[in-house]
Amino acid sequence: MFYREAGQYKTTYAADQQIFPIRQDRIGIAVILVVALLLPLAASEFTLSAIAIPFLVLALATIGLNILTGYAGQLSLGTGAFMGVGAYSCYKLVTIFPEVNVIVHILLSGVFAAAAGVVFGLPSLRIKGLYLAVTTLAAQFFLEWCFIRIPWLYNYNSSGAIEVPGREVFGTLITGPAASGTARYYVVLAIVVVMTLLIKNVIRGRIGRQWMMIRDMDIAAELMGVRPLIAKLSAFAVSSYVCGVAGAMFVFFYLGASEPAVFSITLSFQVLFMAIIGGLGSLVGSFFGAAFIWILPILLRVGLPALGVDVAAETVFQVAQMIIGALIIFFLIVEPHGLARLWAIGKEKLRVWPFPYA
Amino acid sequence: MDMLYNILIDPFAQMAGAPDFLIQVIWEGFVAGVLYALIALGFVLIYKASGVFNFAQGIMVVFAGLSLVGLHEKGVPAWLALILAIGIMAILAVCIEKFVMRPLVGQPDIILLMATIGMTYFLIGLGEVIFGGEPKQMITSELGLPTGSTAFEMGERGLVILQHIDIAAAVIALLMVGGLAVFFNRTRIGRALRAVADDHTAALSVGISLNQIWAIVWFAAGIVALATGIMWGARSDVSFALEIVALKALPVLILGGFTSIPGAIIGGLIIGIGEKVGEIYWGGLVGGGIESWLAYVIALIFLLFRPQGLFGEKIIERI
Repeated sequence: MFYREAGQYKTTYAADQQIFPIRQDRIGIAVILVVALLLPLAASEFTLSAIAIPFLVLALATIGLNILTGYAGQLSLGTGAFMGVGAYSCYKLVTIFPEVNVIVHILLSGVFAAAAGVVFGLPSLRIKGLYLAVTTLAAQFFLEWCFIRIPWLYNYNSSGAIEVPGREVFGTLITGPAASGTARYYVVLAIVVVMTLLIKNVIRGRIGRQWMMIRDMDIAAELMGVRPLIAKLSAFAVSSYVCGVAGAMFVFFYLGASEPAVFSITLSFQVLFMAIIGGLGSLVGSFFGAAFIWILPILLRVGLPALGVDVAAETVFQVAQMIIGALIIFFLIVEPHGLARLWAIGKEKLRVWPFPYA
Repeated sequence: MDMLYNILIDPFAQMAGAPDFLIQVIWEGFVAGVLYALIALGFVLIYKASGVFNFAQGIMVVFAGLSLVGLHEKGVPAWLALILAIGIMAILAVCIEKFVMRPLVGQPDIILLMATIGMTYFLIGLGEVIFGGEPKQMITSELGLPTGSTAFEMGERGLVILQHIDIAAAVIALLMVGGLAVFFNRTRIGRALRAVADDHTAALSVGISLNQIWAIVWFAAGIVALATGIMWGARSDVSFALEIVALKALPVLILGGFTSIPGAIIGGLIIGIGEKVGEIYWGGLVGGGIESWLAYVIALIFLLFRPQGLFGEKIIERI
């Protein structure tokens, strides 16, 4: 009833091809954006820095992985390492060229991650599926090793960690330990929103369609004139670029300092879970998945003691892990296509409500 | 020039100069390879029978080892603890079949893979809640496994030391592979397992119960996991760190082929020996620690030339 496209006539091709062809969607997006913009007024510093910022960053990383796995169909277990490449190259750029705007560095750092992604994506031309997953594990462990063994990457710090220096944009401190949560939040929000929009358009366009053809059946796609070399490697490049930017933001706006262990295989799995739980091949699903995997453990950690379940802090962490494991299996059984499918079903229900037989 | 010398000549000169050390290194690699092969064996069992890539094999190893040690710590005698641990793996197998595999029948591979990763999370949490997160000492001597070591003279200047537990591990692995081969080829259930592996639907139509077969396969994988847990635990500790080590089974599988039991063994040995020799003789050139990724890179290079592995079935694609 409320969510119905009846009566919204398209009179031009432009109107028919826009990202959100339905008016209710446009209103919904606008409302979400306004809420996101006003969030710092209501939320505490903790909510911003520990929940909102990592949620947005990880959602972007999930989108990056979704391009590769969800749209191009190439399973990757090396997301964490590609995020690490972004973070370390951003750190190097910032320390080598301190006078350049830090946001430029963050966007540039993705290029290095993209290069790494293309190199490790080369085997995808010959192998696929689980075999490819193993080659991305090679990327994961090799790059992680690089972060530890190449001291140049962390400027020969004795601790072996990278520490984010404070950098200003338009007179406001946005990185480093002294930057306020609000400032960091707005920068992250801006980058994530802009990149999501760009990716949405890439996926709608020629390249995105080629990716999906490769995913659905690569031999058939090749026969129809899609060049697998270009399509697969561009998927690796774009995906790694997005992951790299997300990784740079993860360190620069969320962690503040980082050691190689941050970008371990655990992070890769976490992002993969977000993509699967959210729904492969769905951008809105990436946000759902990131929210589910990132926010749920925090809620559980806060919520379990509050419910009167009196357990030690350590046990809460483990119980939370058990619950997440069980929920992942539960979701896979109930809805293998992820939260995005639930969302689509919900929208469809809303469309016919209150006359489901109509 | 110096560089080339360091890569191409020097390591071999070192090998020739100290053959006893080389043999020691190869032995170490061999033992590590046997353990990788054992983990890979668990993967292959399940992959053959259900097409599921069981990511949880690593945590099953940890879980089996932990339940054995944990029960013993509670005062249960070692032999009873062993039986109970086998019982726990059986219960686990039935639960996995009932609550995870059965509802997910017919889903794409990636969903099943994800489900096993979800299982990994669950089992890590469960294991830590029950047994605590600290590494535990494996009850090697209580189980009647040999400790101690034997030194062999190598000519007049060399000495190779073999740990008895390593020899035991190799023997047990061999027995297990032999036992599984007999089980697969000579028994009724084994034939049913192979039938299921070939074609689910055809197996169903001749009256084989898929659910029962899957529970059996997961149980067999659980027993392999228990043996692996005991062996790994005897060499180091029983800890959750093993879970990452278990990922090494993936390159092993790639080398051997996903569906081949002998492939798992030979792949394990190649990876085990390759990474030890590589680490000792070439690792120093790049700062050491290459053990963490060498196995994957070996597998990656291998894949470029033979995508189906050494003994895997040829992949045929049709439109």
